Amino acid sequence: MARYVGYKKPKNTKKTVLRLMHYLGSHKILLFLVAVLTAIGSLANIMGTYLLKPVVNNYILPGDIPGLLKMVLLMGLMYLAGVLATLGYNQLMVRMAQKVVSEIRHDLFVHTQSLPLSYFDAHTHGELMSRFTSDADTISEALNSSFTLLIQSGIIITGTIVMLVVLNWRLSLIVLFFMALMFLFIQFNSRRSHKYFTEQQNNLGSLSGFVEEMVTGQKVEKVFNHEAQDFDEFCRRNEALRKAGTRALSYSGMMIPTIVSLSYFNYAVSACMGGLFALANLIDIGSLTSYLVYVRQTAMPMNQFTQQMNFLLAALSGAERIFEMLDAEPETDEGTITLCKAEEQPDGTLTQCEPSRGVYAWKCPEADGGFRLVPLKGDVRFFDVVFGYTPEKKILNHINLYAKPGQKIAFVGSTGAGKTTIINLINRFYEIDSGTITYDGLDVRDIRKKDLRFSLSMVIQDTHLFTGTIADNIRYGRLDASDEDVRRAAKLASADSFIRRLPKGYDTMLYSDGGNLSQGQRQLLAIARAAIADPPVLILDEATSSVDTATERMIERGMDSLMEGRTVFVIAHRLSTVRNAKAILVLEHGEIIERGSHEELLEMKGRYYKLYTGQFELE
Amino acid sequence: MLKRLFSYLRPYRLQTVLAIVCIELEAAFELIIPMIMAGIIDVGVPTGNKAVIFQKGFQMVICAILALIFGVGSARFSAVIGQGLGAELRKAEYRKLQSFSFSNIDHFRASSLVTRLTSDVTAIQNSVSTGMRPACRAPFMMLLSLGLSFVMNWKLALVFCVAAPLLGVMLFLIVKNVRPLYGKMQGAVDLVNRIVQENLTAIRVVKAYVREDYETAKFEESNLSLRNTAQKAFGLAALNMPSMQLVMYATILCLLWIGGGLIRAGGMQVGELTGFLSYVLQVLNALMMISNVFMMLTRSLASCRRIVEVLDEEVDMTDDEAKEIEVTSGAIEFDHVFFKYRQEAPEYVLSDITVSIKAGETVGILGSTGSAKSTLVQLIPRLYDITSGSLTIDGHPVREYPMKHLRDAVGMVLQKNTLFSGTILDNLRWGKEDADEEEIRAVCSIACVDEFIGRLPKGYDTELGQGGAGLSGGQRQRLCIARALLKKPKILILDDSTSAVDTATDAKIREGLAAYLKDSTKLIIAQRVTSVMHADKILILDHGRIQAIGTHETLLKENAMYQELYHSQQEGVGL
Repeated sequence: MARYVGYKKPKNTKKTVLRLMHYLGSHKILLFLVAVLTAIGSLANIMGTYLLKPVVNNYILPGDIPGLLKMVLLMGLMYLAGVLATLGYNQLMVRMAQKVVSEIRHDLFVHTQSLPLSYFDAHTHGELMSRFTSDADTISEALNSSFTLLIQSGIIITGTIVMLVVLNWRLSLIVLFFMALMFLFIQFNSRRSHKYFTEQQNNLGSLSGFVEEMVTGQKVEKVFNHEAQDFDEFCRRNEALRKAGTRALSYSGMMIPTIVSLSYFNYAVSACMGGLFALANLIDIGSLTSYLVYVRQTAMPMNQFTQQMNFLLAALSGAERIFEMLDAEPETDEGTITLCKAEEQPDGTLTQCEPSRGVYAWKCPEADGGFRLVPLKGDVRFFDVVFGYTPEKKILNHINLYAKPGQKIAFVGSTGAGKTTIINLINRFYEIDSGTITYDGLDVRDIRKKDLRFSLSMVIQDTHLFTGTIADNIRYGRLDASDEDVRRAAKLASADSFIRRLPKGYDTMLYSDGGNLSQGQRQLLAIARAAIADPPVLILDEATSSVDTATERMIERGMDSLMEGRTVFVIAHRLSTVRNAKAILVLEHGEIIERGSHEELLEMKGRYYKLYTGQFELE
Repeated sequence: MLKRLFSYLRPYRLQTVLAIVCIELEAAFELIIPMIMAGIIDVGVPTGNKAVIFQKGFQMVICAILALIFGVGSARFSAVIGQGLGAELRKAEYRKLQSFSFSNIDHFRASSLVTRLTSDVTAIQNSVSTGMRPACRAPFMMLLSLGLSFVMNWKLALVFCVAAPLLGVMLFLIVKNVRPLYGKMQGAVDLVNRIVQENLTAIRVVKAYVREDYETAKFEESNLSLRNTAQKAFGLAALNMPSMQLVMYATILCLLWIGGGLIRAGGMQVGELTGFLSYVLQVLNALMMISNVFMMLTRSLASCRRIVEVLDEEVDMTDDEAKEIEVTSGAIEFDHVFFKYRQEAPEYVLSDITVSIKAGETVGILGSTGSAKSTLVQLIPRLYDITSGSLTIDGHPVREYPMKHLRDAVGMVLQKNTLFSGTILDNLRWGKEDADEEEIRAVCSIACVDEFIGRLPKGYDTELGQGGAGLSGGQRQRLCIARALLKKPKILILDDSTSAVDTATDAKIREGLAAYLKDSTKLIIAQRVTSVMHADKILILDHGRIQAIGTHETLLKENAMYQELYHSQQEGVGL
């Protein structure tokens, strides 16, 4: 892959390098070995060139065949060492690079999952994805080759400079001057190309955004015969990208030829001056010849050195972005109360027991080191809860609510009224600003998040399915569920009949978020997934919005029997979905404006009544 | 396959030639400049002639300037053709993509199509832009050095005849074996990315079900397999450097040994040997460069294949049977229509659909989730082709209409209503490119868009995000209806397109429609019975079959499903 990433300077190079080194762990010694091997390889190379002259002058010219044989064997050994060293460091580096990068990816993945949802709200998926892809790739590439190439060219440059100074220090000033010039040019050029590459990247982003939008909206495009106009728009963006790309690459492509030409200038000036020096007897002709050979050798390592330096810097800034993400604060979890399987004794008390009887209890540690068991019932209360995604804008204002175990509570209200937010607070996807939420009388903040969420099943607005079979997706709710359980849950969610009509039934593979299913079918699967978990508390957030009313009724009957005696929260746009709830809460602008049963609310002739009779549209 | 891709370079033929010429000329200076330099040392210094030294120096400077010009030229032209090729490829792919039917798109999946159009093309254009120089330069330098060394001393040059093929074979073996490994690695990369992507989008599900450990285990497996395949692939690829060194060093030693013998026997000058050695380095370096180019091509081969797959995909919906006819009145006839999405699917999605719809009629369609209501109406504008039976409009099979005319005559508001980024006006104009303000106002008043447009910060010029972000579901639906109305279609299809609109507005829109499109055939899919109860005809679909056809009155009397639906939704209405 061509590495055409313009680089941004890392902010804190030293710290980033240290952290990267940490990933090398026990391989730090190996890294040192790599450096040594690289040095051996490059020295073998330089020495080989250097030895040619004495071999020719001292052995070939006098015709000393045994001496020549000895020298050839000696050089052979040296070369062999060089080859083996090269082989060694290449292979070592490849393995190390992959190990480091795979560990970085692992840490990133694990950390990603511990991040709070607010982090995902603040960053786009594309942005987070690129940590795993392009940023990790640049690190891998840099470790793979840049590191050793950098050492190699560094050694060659130093070696050459030393040789030049030794041969004739006055003449070497010319070379040093040109080297400085090359260095400055490379710096200037890469800074400028970085600007152009950013421009190219932006154009590419705009183009792929367009293509993505058009591919997803292709039905509309076809229905409206809009192909020609879209093609024109595509061509416009494509052309802009082509222009930006050409600019960027013309510019960055100039680098090598310019360096080469500079080295020709260097060569020309050195040759002229060398000639004059020779006339003035400041240098003998033999030394001048080998001097000029070394001069010719300066350009390529210079070029390589700076290029690899830039790759390395790009990798470091990639690493910096990765570390930034790794440093993001994970979800806090100070809860100590855990969930355990319990058994009710004849005397009504609870004891902990291993095989599940479907009864759970909260295990609350006491100050004396013991614990007390609180039965899990699904009693959820909000006391004066205030919450906002940002401190400036409160979404919920002083919410008080009480869900008795076994009740079905429904939320009705416009988009943005705060229905989903309330639910996201129960399972602590977000932290409340003030007030208290209790669960079976315990503050939710005292319950370990894992256990809290385990006790709640959620079907959310946007159904997300995973690549895998339909059965796998349902089983996501309870990993050890049997095939029979899967089928039962599917039946409960009215999904069984459509699944059986699929070509491979429960073994049908789903790809890319279940793209081959209709929205309604995906919702049914999401409900089955929640049903199989058999949770004490169930949350349905617009779970049946794309399901027809008849099927919805069937699901409702199924879920009602499953959730008998347990708490259910329902959010729906469609009022038929919430009608049989025990309590319906009408939310507006983060406040509960009406509450009561369906009949009571109709009596009130307020907002709910208007909604129900179609006089008011939810937004 | 490469040849196929490079055929897209045709518009840039001139630039390609210029790029190659520039590269070769620039390379020539690499050989010319040392020769001029030799003049300084061999002639200038021994004779003590300063004029010669300066003259040669001046020549070298001229050469350096020319080399700079050609070098910059080659960079410029390489960039032009690399980016040009990329642009042409993207254009070809996009054009092809537009002609795709939905089964074609399903075949690739939308997200993969986007990558094939962007990152895959970028990979190719980058290898062209970077690979141009070494690919043109290396063979040139190799042949030239080879030729010169043979001229200099053909006996010694025979060493090449062993060394070059040996290195060639080694490099070939590496490239050949690395290729399938790169393929495997790409597969592993895709898997890792897919899992990450899924976890990012479904993070709420993962957290809600406390499946972090499960997902991590899944990820770790793919991560490890990526690490192993990458180590294998890169490890093998890294062998080319030591192989090259091995051959190069061996050649140098052989030359010294054989050359030493030749010199002693008087068959060769010392100066020749030194010159010869520099040619050896040139030739082997060139070989190395060539192998690097191959390595790069190998890696972009996967991208090539993915692009060619798109270009070569057979489009299964064409205008082959089209005649020059247009929809005149809008009468639709389904006659024993069967349909399934894929040939190999065991069951039909729609079975034995027979219904006749007269021009100007309003038809309501009801049915449960998965009863294939949407599929049924999507057959009319040929978003999908029927599998068997016949579907005619005004007596002609839909396949006989050119797609453009057919779709111009059919206005459709889809269930998943897609709006595009741009202003509201831009979106409305999808219906009619040159619609004037009056027309827009008219349709917006029918679709009740005017009720909320005034409340938006910039009215019709309000910018919408992708998918119409910033509007509520009901507002989006109303806009989509207005957009379809601008077409003044002969056949209007509303696929559950007022589900988020309140009942009063729903009724108002229906009334407006009836007046505005009096002569058009209207098909309305709905969940709410009230949305279709005034239709001339109501179709009840069940599992892809027509369960009943009738009017509100007859169905209410005879059809159990309709009765249940009606009564379940009746309560509350009309209170």
